[in-house]
Amino acid sequence: MSSPVSIAETKALLKETLRQFEDFPTKGILFEDILPIFKSPKTFQSLIDAIKHQIEANFSTPESKPDVVVGLDARGFLFGPTLALQLGAAFVPVRKQGKVPGPTVEAEFEKEYGKDVFVMQADAIKAGQKVIIVDDIIATGGSAKAAGQLVTKLGGEILEYVFILELDFLHGRDQLNAPVYTLLSGQPEKLGS
Amino acid sequence: MSSPVSIAETKALLKETLRQFEDFPTKGILFEDILPIFKSPKTFQSLIDAIKHQIEANFSTPESKPDVVVGLDARGFLFGPTLALQLGAAFVPVRKQGKVPGPTVEAEFEKEYGKDVFVMQADAIKAGQKVIIVDDIIATGGSAKAAGQLVTKLGGEILEYVFILELDFLHGRDQLDAPVYTLLSGQPEKLGS
Repeated sequence: MSSPVSIAETKALLKETLRQFEDFPTKGILFEDILPIFKSPKTFQSLIDAIKHQIEANFSTPESKPDVVVGLDARGFLFGPTLALQLGAAFVPVRKQGKVPGPTVEAEFEKEYGKDVFVMQADAIKAGQKVIIVDDIIATGGSAKAAGQLVTKLGGEILEYVFILELDFLHGRDQLNAPVYTLLSGQPEKLGS
Repeated sequence: MSSPVSIAETKALLKETLRQFEDFPTKGILFEDILPIFKSPKTFQSLIDAIKHQIEANFSTPESKPDVVVGLDARGFLFGPTLALQLGAAFVPVRKQGKVPGPTVEAEFEKEYGKDVFVMQADAIKAGQKVIIVDDIIATGGSAKAAGQLVTKLGGEILEYVFILELDFLHGRDQLDAPVYTLLSGQPEKLGS
């Protein structure tokens, strides 16, 4: 493993690694592409180290250590399992209906046009377990809030939400009922549609 | 890390960890649920170790070492990035259209009713790179074959395909143009529909 890299250095590295694409998936959206992070094992490990560092600084007692990392389908799957493994925690996915077998709990959330539903397996989390919820980006906060509702329905305790990037101007963190940690924030004002 | 566990022990552990659900997502299908693997860091690491062991035994020279792990959306994302990181390789996803920004290459494949299309970012793989393609399960082989076509279109060289479980009775491996390594195989005859 390389010598310790500061959080500031990691944030700078991530910022230059992310790529922006105008008008994707639709006109007016500036899409933030995180995939280049995973092309470099060094950058990917720096991402994991930065998140672990913050978690270990804030949730280090036996009573507060995370038991579970929850990741949102699909980009939360890109780093959630690796983070969980390196924390010695379980990884539990949040997915759309029809993807996950067995008894589930559900939570509805708003999309641009209409609603959608997230599910989690009903035995994925035990009451009292400490949970960290991760996804790549927080925008309006709707998806993350629904994921939080699933954890709460199963009696899990949300320690925090973790995102690589936060689109501040959308105030997504105001939707959430636990602390929010993000490595990068901001985006040029959303392009006029 | 725990003391070395044999491949046979890992296969037995994985076999008892997977769960089967009848008639999901539709009648007659016996669904193989891999999610319990990720609830246990020990089991998850054993999975990664078993795959790494086989890769290092077969592709260990500088000319043959894998440069890239390609994983299929979404269950290939659950372990593909962690495997890539531990191999010191890049991770590149295969996704459906509309999820991935920028120039892409495409490959069509058959689904139960009609066709679908997988895409990969056009700069994800450089010509000559050595690639391992992973997913949780190989059934008919259609998805894996399409993923292989994407890699080949970009000039990548497929070292092998790796799956946790193979449904032998569907002969999926016959579709593929590179070696196939699977940890578990077989399933009771598909339930009558």
